[in-house]
Amino acid sequence: MQPKPKFKFTPSSLLLLVMFVILAALMLFPLYALFMASLKPATELFRYGLNVRVDFDMMSLNNYKSIFSGEGAAGNYFGWYKNSLVISALFTLLSLLFSSMVGYGLGMYRFKGRNLIFTLVLVVMMIPVEIILLPLYKLMISLKLINTIWGVILPFIVAPLPIFFFRQFALGLPRDFMDAGRMDGCSEYGIFFKIMVPLMAPAFGAITILQAMNSWNNFLWPLIVLRTTEQFTLPIGLASFVSPLGNNYEALIAGAVLAILPILLVFLFFQRYFMEGLTVGGVKG
Amino acid sequence: MQIERELRHNAKRGYRLGNSQKIAPYVFVLPFLLSFAVFFAYPLVNAGVMSFQEVLPGEVSFVGLDHYRGLWNEDFGAALYNSSRYTLLTLFLLIPVPMVLAVFLNAKTMMFSNFFRSALFIPALTSVVVAGVVFRLIFGELDGALMNTILHLFGIPSQRWLYSSSLGMFALLVLAGWRWIGINILYFLSALQSIPRELYEAAEMDGAGTMRRFMRITVPLLKPITIYVVTITIYGGYAMFTESYMLWAGKPSPQNIGLTIVGYIYQQGFQYFNLGFGSAIGITLLGITLLVSVLQLTLSGMFKRED
Repeated sequence: MQPKPKFKFTPSSLLLLVMFVILAALMLFPLYALFMASLKPATELFRYGLNVRVDFDMMSLNNYKSIFSGEGAAGNYFGWYKNSLVISALFTLLSLLFSSMVGYGLGMYRFKGRNLIFTLVLVVMMIPVEIILLPLYKLMISLKLINTIWGVILPFIVAPLPIFFFRQFALGLPRDFMDAGRMDGCSEYGIFFKIMVPLMAPAFGAITILQAMNSWNNFLWPLIVLRTTEQFTLPIGLASFVSPLGNNYEALIAGAVLAILPILLVFLFFQRYFMEGLTVGGVKG
Repeated sequence: MQIERELRHNAKRGYRLGNSQKIAPYVFVLPFLLSFAVFFAYPLVNAGVMSFQEVLPGEVSFVGLDHYRGLWNEDFGAALYNSSRYTLLTLFLLIPVPMVLAVFLNAKTMMFSNFFRSALFIPALTSVVVAGVVFRLIFGELDGALMNTILHLFGIPSQRWLYSSSLGMFALLVLAGWRWIGINILYFLSALQSIPRELYEAAEMDGAGTMRRFMRITVPLLKPITIYVVTITIYGGYAMFTESYMLWAGKPSPQNIGLTIVGYIYQQGFQYFNLGFGSAIGITLLGITLLVSVLQLTLSGMFKRED
């Protein structure tokens, strides 16, 4: 990344600034509206729809209380939260490990079959996984993984996009370090874990955000695999509040607000690496 | 001496199983090979086989092309139309807009560009489920719902957004724009930062205006990342399901205006348990995405050999 030259203050810079302030406001507005709605009684939502009127008499933390009280439909909320945290953490860690290994292997070594394997990675990347939803579901049944955490994460921990990304990154790693490591008696795996993994830190940062986001927000596959309410993840649990049998907007809106927090924290924490990682990994052909 | 040491070293290492430079790369790529075989290739073949079968608990019978013939119906037509229309429109929305915004964010004269970059990205962090809930309410049919309030400002009466094909598609597009523009900006921005500024300075010296510099330098140099973003947009477009599931609250949308191909797979496979028919829809979707991808890559010159 090149350092940005110091900007000169001009009318056009002011115009740009105004434009982006408006744009950012528009983009953040739905989240603000959601937050406002979480402070109002659901009857208000039914009567007037989603709006952003500030009315202090009406606003309260009752919706949040209904979640924390753990009664009724919202009783499982923190169980779902825990499931989502466990699944996301496990999924992100394992997928970082495996996809960095595969990407590194493809980027650093010249070996027979390398191009074929890389082509397969690209093929998996370009084919929507939804195509194999039904046979994958049948497979999960025969592996007895239905309604389990492993059923949710196992089919997708070796994901093509992170592999692609790590491979691009590995192409730019210094090969002399590899030879130096070998001279010092490091095994091939020692070189990877001790020397190369630290060098790939920006890629790890970027992929952590991507994979944490994907698993935290994943909907369709967990919806298929997880069968009992206790096993649900947050998105499915929240979606179950909206049902043909009636909507539980109190728990839904407050629960939706709380559901954004962990992933927002991950983003703010890894943000620094995110751009850097994308820049190195995403561009080269 | 160094060579000698290396030789000794290599000899010693040769005995350590699995650690030779020949074997190590295969160990590294092993997780992918396993996962590919078990969770991709096998199910894909299985989907192909099932698409010719009637799959009932305990008994499976061969039905030939019946399922594929069965695809000639109104529901699948609606799903195909909606998914294709959505994909095409998202291409118009999610490529040029983020590209131009990224150029602005990368401009010398842009203040606080890091802040805006993050602000525009934040919607991407929210799950489609949460986003769907919010936009369902924003596009509510009540007079007080947000979009209708905005219409009233212009003297237009309230609309029942999620009951008409075009308005429903509009809601889906707003939702897609909201969630994806920030991500695509990051992709374009990362590519822009690797374009040397000297190029622009030289062009400026030669008297090229802003528009000309954009068309002659920026757009061509952004081609690799553009191809990538177009690919994931097509993928995302045809794979879209959760957005419409949440906007219509898990119920069938009126006259199927929100039914997508994946939604149809979900409905047939998991609600009606037509595993064979569902697989046939899946294989058809595979054909469509392959066709579109090959078309796109050919048009963008990816298959031309670059020497």
